[in-house]
Amino acid sequence: MVPFSGWIMPVQYTGIIEEHLHTRSKAGLFDICHMGEFFIRGSSAEKEVDRLVTCRIQGLADGKCRYGFLLRDDGGILDDLIVFKISRTEYMLVVNSGTMEKDKKWIQEHIAPGVEFSDGSSNTAKLDLQGPLSPDVLGILFKGFEPRTLGRFSFTRVEWDGVMVVVGATGYTGEKGYELFLPVQSAEKLWDALLSYGEVKPIGLGARDSLRLEMGYSLYGHDIDEEHTPLEAGLARFVDMQKDFIGRERLMDQERQGFDRVLTGFVCEGRRSARDGFLAVSDDREIGRVTSGVFSPCLKRGVGLCYIDKKLAVEDQEIVFTDGRVSIKANIKKPPFIQR
Amino acid sequence: MVPEGHKYTKEHEWLRVEGEEAVVGITDYAQSELGDITFVELPEKGREVNRSESIATVESVKAASDVYSPVSGKVIEINGALADTPELINRSPYEEGWICRLSVAGAIEMENLMDAEAYENYLKELK
Repeated sequence: MVPFSGWIMPVQYTGIIEEHLHTRSKAGLFDICHMGEFFIRGSSAEKEVDRLVTCRIQGLADGKCRYGFLLRDDGGILDDLIVFKISRTEYMLVVNSGTMEKDKKWIQEHIAPGVEFSDGSSNTAKLDLQGPLSPDVLGILFKGFEPRTLGRFSFTRVEWDGVMVVVGATGYTGEKGYELFLPVQSAEKLWDALLSYGEVKPIGLGARDSLRLEMGYSLYGHDIDEEHTPLEAGLARFVDMQKDFIGRERLMDQERQGFDRVLTGFVCEGRRSARDGFLAVSDDREIGRVTSGVFSPCLKRGVGLCYIDKKLAVEDQEIVFTDGRVSIKANIKKPPFIQR
Repeated sequence: MVPEGHKYTKEHEWLRVEGEEAVVGITDYAQSELGDITFVELPEKGREVNRSESIATVESVKAASDVYSPVSGKVIEINGALADTPELINRSPYEEGWICRLSVAGAIEMENLMDAEAYENYLKELK
């Protein structure tokens, strides 16, 4: 068990690799209660949320979610998040635990008066169920829930054991899966109920990290942070430049002026991975820096993400990362590193 | 209970003396702390090592750890199976997960080596 943003969480239950492979072949259950859930309500909620986040909110259908960023005025990423549109006057924003207080303060300072902001995090539990068998498991557990009718990035509400559970077809593993939101009082019961299915195993932080990295998904605080914009992180597809949002001016400048480094992926030659902090050096100049690296149980090689000079961000470009002691050869590869 | 007849170090290496040779590995405690082992960097055959020098590196999903040679000697054999199946160390730390074999020059310095009982007591202290 390790401390994690004010929580104590397990790195593993039985073994990182076993849990990782189980999630990719059956179903893994993750305790994600540490993440935050904010609610923005009011007649102008749609307009306000649209202005706060980089992804387009206007025109989003009820019951749909979208991934985007909260930016500083200078375009730096404050957080990545998913917006759930409950209705035109009610939105749920799911944010990272480490940035929750920062996000809350920012949002409260930047939304118009008359728009209601509330922090539901301490009352809302989140459990992620991910893996090819997860639709079957929920189809049995939640009476009346038809998994095939819920497309990716859609959500619905089901009644279970007398409480309302929000079921989002979203996740951080690349597998078919769901994020479940429910009142904290019922979390343990749902956890136990899901684990009563033999195909479902509990999954710790270690495998959560290797699963997301095999897909090349960014982790806030490592691959994305306030010092980088979504353009530099190669995530422009989650930014709608056609609309107004905080940080747009600076991104437009950056688009015009260009930038030197971009976040991309790499696959190592061998089992050993370059890790967070490893550097790529050429002619005494730092040309790249690893932001995340891990052993991929599926590829049996190291994989990760790095910021490198834009000119080198070319598929199959060879690169050598080092921490001063160990040198690791890798090739630049656009993620995902595995096919799902 | 750790295998009798082996010697142990505070850094959780084990040593099995066989005449003038010694086999080296890491203990069950060490593999458990490391978690799933993903890579092992083995020494080259013929390499001379001094006691307490790093002789191998074991890397897990979580961390990398040096293996220190419990004795001075020369590497005469390495466990090639660890290249493709480093998890042998997790599954069988005292047998199939052996790391290397040394030919030992002269007498083995026993002061820093613990017997099974002493190591078990040491582990209890660590908790």
